[in-house]
Amino acid sequence: MSEDTILSTSGLTKEFAGFTAVNGVDLKVRRGSIHALIGPNGAGKTTCFNLLTKFLPPTRGQIVYNGRDITGEKPAEIARLGLVRSFQISAVFPQLSVKTNVRVALQRKRGDNFDFWRSERALSPLDAEALRLVDAVGLSAFAELPAGELSYGRKRALEIATTLALDPEMLLLDEPMAGMGREDIERIEALIRKVSANRTILMVEHNLSVVASLCDRITVLARGQVLAEGDYASVSKDPRVVEAYIGSGVGHGH
Amino acid sequence: MTDLASSATPSAAVVAETDDSAARLHRNLFIAIAVLLAIAPFVAYPVFVMKVLCFALFALAFNLLLGYGGLLSFGHAAYFGMASYVSAYTAKNWGLTPELAILLGTAVAAALGLVFGALAIRRQGIYFAMITLALAQMAFFFSLQTPRFTGGEDGIQAVPRGKLFGLISLADDRALYWLVAAIFMGGLLLIYRIIHSPFGQVCKAIRDNEPRAISLGYRASQYKLAVFVLSAGLAGLAGATKAIVFQLASLTDVYWTMSGEVVLMTLVGGLGTVFGPIVGAAVIVAMQNYLAGLGSWVLVVQGVIFVACVLLFREGIVGVISKWIKKPL
Repeated sequence: MSEDTILSTSGLTKEFAGFTAVNGVDLKVRRGSIHALIGPNGAGKTTCFNLLTKFLPPTRGQIVYNGRDITGEKPAEIARLGLVRSFQISAVFPQLSVKTNVRVALQRKRGDNFDFWRSERALSPLDAEALRLVDAVGLSAFAELPAGELSYGRKRALEIATTLALDPEMLLLDEPMAGMGREDIERIEALIRKVSANRTILMVEHNLSVVASLCDRITVLARGQVLAEGDYASVSKDPRVVEAYIGSGVGHGH
Repeated sequence: MTDLASSATPSAAVVAETDDSAARLHRNLFIAIAVLLAIAPFVAYPVFVMKVLCFALFALAFNLLLGYGGLLSFGHAAYFGMASYVSAYTAKNWGLTPELAILLGTAVAAALGLVFGALAIRRQGIYFAMITLALAQMAFFFSLQTPRFTGGEDGIQAVPRGKLFGLISLADDRALYWLVAAIFMGGLLLIYRIIHSPFGQVCKAIRDNEPRAISLGYRASQYKLAVFVLSAGLAGLAGATKAIVFQLASLTDVYWTMSGEVVLMTLVGGLGTVFGPIVGAAVIVAMQNYLAGLGSWVLVVQGVIFVACVLLFREGIVGVISKWIKKPL
């Protein structure tokens, strides 16, 4: 395996009862790149995602992250290795305030947080950084609001802030733009570009104009298999890709 | 951490103030509770107040698990009841001083919580609740089948209240009251601290969204087990104290209806509120006491109150007040 591959899979397969969702996927993600995983509905993108983050165990195949076989690891351990995911359904802690949502992620730097005898004041050194991250995604006006009361787009923004709080080496974003308005999309796009500077990003995304402008490399999945791989220009001209999307406008964006 | 934004920290002063105002309100409430505890034995029957305090502590412990850990245990009677047996047995047969008997009961409940919790947290939701119930029923049958330890149907009666630290006689209700009030206040403050600790923050995050907490690198099952053990231990503290107060440990304490009662107290008072379980326990215990003349009809009244509570104000008494004043209680 070459030096600059941060995450790779070989023969990754997931079978559900009588149905193969992901079938022999070989994926290589270059260190420092923004890599997109696209494909029509039901192509196995989210399953693939869940396999990479160990939220699902693969039926067959191997996952290597930073030269280390992580096929048998648990989800929490993956996160500790610096491979952090976001979720398709906005994943916030609804009863905690926006600031606390981010601070919970920052708390991981303290190591294990089993100190039930210590006051919350032990966490106040993290407040400034939490507020900085909240501000970076444009939520500073809502810092004290319970996260459950945020609009959908803002929940997504909060989720990204929470993920970034871990300062992960590699980010896995599951449809970061899903359900967002145009303004939100522009802000999140700029944010992703900004944070990609010193890390690797693998994202599942439906919004092809976002993919076109943001991603260095694109892997197209269809029926659980890799259909094509390359940069946007080459992938969008691939007749198999066009066929898979059946004129849903790969070359034109949404 | 990356340099995401260079803009100044927004409205830090406002943030600090809102945090402070809730904290100040809570501190005032703690002072109010302490004052109430100080005058209660002079205006009310001390044994009744002690009963309320024991059940309030039990409900507080339960609420720690359900309200802040998101884990519905339907078997908390096991920890309450077994601690009550251990404290009664050791005070009576080993001649332990009351504080040691209570500590031992608490420790046994925590250890039991460690074993039962480790088994139960492997499943979630209703399955978790059913496993805790099944394990608690095992504790009940163990108690029923080992009369040499538990006294079987008779329970352990005439438990000596003994002398605190071997010095201060607790035979007088008032003297015992101060010990119980101190235990209650200590338990309440500990739970308050747990809820607001770094550990408590992670527990609340897991309660709100477990997969997300895991994806942040938290080993959720370890936190769930830890909060389970804390809750079981504190439930045990309540049960062990109760055995000394009433000089009795019986099958009632370990029966599943006791598990149900603590759920009721917590829901009536306000799930996930700091002070709700105290109010809930006071309401239910007072009802049982003052409506005792109705016999088994008390259960019907309890059922009606429970249904009314769930239909009319799901947040419970304190939960509703908390919404009114827009501050966490």
